[in-house]
Amino acid sequence: MPRAPATAAPLRRRAAACALLPALLGGCVGTGVQDVLAPTGPQAARIADWFWISYALAVAVFVAFAAILAYGLLRARRRERRGEPAELPPSHGRGLVIWGGIVVPTAILLTLLVLSAYTDRRISRLGRGPGEHPVTIQVVGHQFWWEVRYRDPANPHREFTTANELRVPVGRPVRLVLSARDVIHSFWVPNLHGKMDLIPGRTNDLVLQVDEPGVYRGQCAEFCGTQHAKMAMLVEALPPAEFAAWWERQLRPHPTPVDSALARGHDVFMQNGCGLCHSIRGTEAHGSVAPDLSYFGERRTIAAGTLPNTRGHLGGWISDPQAIKPGNRMPAVPLEGDDLRALLSYLHSLR
Amino acid sequence: MATLDPALAPDTPAGDLHLLERTWSAPRGLGGWFMHVNHRRIGRRYIATGLALFLLAGLEALAIRTQLAVPENDFLGPEAYRQVFTMHGATMMFLFAVPIMEGIGIYLVPLMIGARDMALPRLNAFGYWMYLIGAVTLYAAFFLGVAPNSGWFNYPPLSRREHELTIGIDVWWVVVSMLEVAALVGAVGLIVTIFKMRAPGMSLNRMPIFVWSILVMAFMIVFAMPTLMTTSIFLGLDRMVGAHYFDPAGMGDPLLWQHIFWYFGHPEVYIMFVPGLGMVSMVVATMSRRPVYGYTAVVLSLIATGILSFGLWVHHMYATGLPRLGTSLFTAASMLVTLPTSVQFFCWTATFWGGRPRFTTALHFVLGFLVIFLIGGITGVQLGSVPFDLQVHDTFFVVAHFHYVLLGGVVFPLFAGIYYWWPKVTGRLLSERLGKLNFWLMFLGVHLAFWPQHHLGFMGMPRRVYTYLAEMGWGTLNLLSTVGAFTVAAGVGVFLVNAAVSLRRGAPAGDDPWAAESLEWSTSSPPPPYNFRLVPTVRSRTPLWDPDRAEQPVVVGLRDDQREALSTTLLDARPDHRVVLPGPTIIPFVAALAAATPFVGVLFGLHWVPIGAALTFLAFTAWNWPHHLGTRLEPEGGPEHRLAAAERAREEAEKARGEEVRR
Repeated sequence: MPRAPATAAPLRRRAAACALLPALLGGCVGTGVQDVLAPTGPQAARIADWFWISYALAVAVFVAFAAILAYGLLRARRRERRGEPAELPPSHGRGLVIWGGIVVPTAILLTLLVLSAYTDRRISRLGRGPGEHPVTIQVVGHQFWWEVRYRDPANPHREFTTANELRVPVGRPVRLVLSARDVIHSFWVPNLHGKMDLIPGRTNDLVLQVDEPGVYRGQCAEFCGTQHAKMAMLVEALPPAEFAAWWERQLRPHPTPVDSALARGHDVFMQNGCGLCHSIRGTEAHGSVAPDLSYFGERRTIAAGTLPNTRGHLGGWISDPQAIKPGNRMPAVPLEGDDLRALLSYLHSLR
Repeated sequence: MATLDPALAPDTPAGDLHLLERTWSAPRGLGGWFMHVNHRRIGRRYIATGLALFLLAGLEALAIRTQLAVPENDFLGPEAYRQVFTMHGATMMFLFAVPIMEGIGIYLVPLMIGARDMALPRLNAFGYWMYLIGAVTLYAAFFLGVAPNSGWFNYPPLSRREHELTIGIDVWWVVVSMLEVAALVGAVGLIVTIFKMRAPGMSLNRMPIFVWSILVMAFMIVFAMPTLMTTSIFLGLDRMVGAHYFDPAGMGDPLLWQHIFWYFGHPEVYIMFVPGLGMVSMVVATMSRRPVYGYTAVVLSLIATGILSFGLWVHHMYATGLPRLGTSLFTAASMLVTLPTSVQFFCWTATFWGGRPRFTTALHFVLGFLVIFLIGGITGVQLGSVPFDLQVHDTFFVVAHFHYVLLGGVVFPLFAGIYYWWPKVTGRLLSERLGKLNFWLMFLGVHLAFWPQHHLGFMGMPRRVYTYLAEMGWGTLNLLSTVGAFTVAAGVGVFLVNAAVSLRRGAPAGDDPWAAESLEWSTSSPPPPYNFRLVPTVRSRTPLWDPDRAEQPVVVGLRDDQREALSTTLLDARPDHRVVLPGPTIIPFVAALAAATPFVGVLFGLHWVPIGAALTFLAFTAWNWPHHLGTRLEPEGGPEHRLAAAERAREEAEKARGEEVRR
């Protein structure tokens, strides 16, 4: 699994969190591949900043209330032991309720509210200024995979489709246009930005920016059916020049292979009806209900982040997808051993 | 402590105690079991059914936690997991929390306000039967393997027919609609009882805080539940007759569901939570041996919570792409709603501060509530922020948040209430030693189960996933969380043992084991069928703590040979007129069977809707038929009877006003 490169700053913050959080956990658990508090984009960073402020206030509020409550209980107990009257002077009670119950909480809430509104403004401005032309990528949610279409408003011939993996340029705003084919899904890459729903019949957009090259994992965040758990995606941030070169490469159609093994794989693909659902640019496979397989050989994972894209896993997936991801839409394709091997070689040659 | 026994009020006519007993006694036999209308019977049934469903939902939670304990587990398959997490949510929200709070209200409110029974007892019984039929239907589907499987929130388009053919979704909307009927009639009965049946002198500003909280809850039910019923029937029409309310291809909109659902769903959370606040206030006062500090502030806070809770629903929908200005207003509202609760927190603190707290199990649960709910409230404020919510929405951070809120705000106050009122209901004491063990297991278990889930949310673990890859690094925290869930379950197990032991050989409780302040403790434990031998009058907010309690007047002039109760005016509780309440009857049960027919029948065919509607019409005609089924209740007879009865009631009320309040 690719791991997000963690910079020093978030690590320091995380260490601070470990020191502050109650010891209930018995130590702090290290960074995962998805991490809200290890931001690598400006929006995730601003949100994390807001969280740390609110966290500090939360700790203060909790400690203060616990102290007041404990003091009150102990005081009452002590007075009872000494046989002193328990009564609270009315002014004390009023002070507690007015200051503790109203004034101080209002001040804290207003602080958080203003900071929240400020953070919200900042994160929603990215890439929306005049003269900014973010890279536009359309993401369409399907049960249980992501269709990714690269858009070029100036030249529709430079557009292409891929699936489950996004490549984006580092340091440049990327505008994601989100919609869904069947049910509601939600696009979420925690290290980069918050989530946004993909809703049938509507279009949402989400602008994000990746500040450091690397691979970031995300996962569907709205319950979308039986395999909601296995609907992940990867975002790979490339230096701008590399990104441009990658885009150029994607536009080349695949010629029918000349190598005999690969040609057999190509024929197996076409003769078994794979092309009814999948498409491979440059061949007669034009299906649109399943992931586009042009440049499938470049992908890191298969079945939307379920398995690493190795020959063995791919063979298992084609033979019995329902065992690996029960409830997904791919039917099992019974193939002879030789045919399967040829097909695997062909698919992995698409790069 | 003062009592209203005639022996202590020598100039009170004793009346015919045997006659009174017979008039109010419950019917016997198997047939009689379906005929109860008494509020304590109905309340007990609600509470027992609610607790049974709480245990079932708890077992479902353990199944969920077992599946998630280790990565790539196969304890539950993906489809089974869908059904189990849906059942856990739906049971806890619809079948446990709301009904049990209503049930406790139904049991306690008449006792607290000095009434002999609820107003509208038959409607009350009807509500219980609708609830039971709904619960049985849902669990029948579960055990047949066709439970609802798309979450208790059931978002379309996933829940539309083209994506989920399973009858489980239809079971969901049918059962939810039946439960809403039950909740609504229960709420109506509670409102009428609280407004019209209070003991003379218990003006609104002398009502126990728990009664206020039930009143607020009941009004919230009246305003929130019809929206859910509407939208679940829209969904039913989409699925059964091809309507397009939520179909984007037919000019419908999936977001319409989310708006209507959360317009109900957010107040729903507070419907469960507000009665908990009321219980906490009662326990705090009794266990601190002084009235709650700031009665007016606490009551206004309850009302404010009820009203504000209707303005928060969009904070469940920040990630749906709604306009930013609108969502930021909901941030402000979400933060504002914490203020009434913080006022109450400090009112209780001031009560402890100026009281003499007794650290009973009930008070332990209250203190546990304060700690757990405070943490849940803090994360709630954080979740109100749009940018932060975009990150943690639909992750385990939210799961942690609302379990802190609901275990803290509903289950802990409920257990405080159970330990507090158990002696009144059963006449026996619970073991304090087992009670403390029960508390500590649950308190530590809650933190162990849910604290790690905050971190899982930050580590990117979404909700409602049936499994996860080992590489994600979520294994350790999930395992801890599972251990915590089993610790909570052990605590609940200790409670069951405690309850069983108490029922078999618990120490007798006496009328008032806690030296409490409100009227329910002035009658015997368990209370007699008529609640109060002599209906009390009230002169303060803490009637049993009045120094001259023994000399206070009581109400006389209510007949012993009929189920007669005194109705008082809404604001000041001045005696108004006498009402004769209906006695045991099979009609509510029959009417509930009839009214459930179209709902359950639609699962088998649309033709059951008109058949069921006709049966319902017949049942309610029978309900309102003059001289029905041999009950001898002249005021509910035909119009001429009613007029005569009203005349008589007015005359008698005139007379009563003179003699009622003796001394």
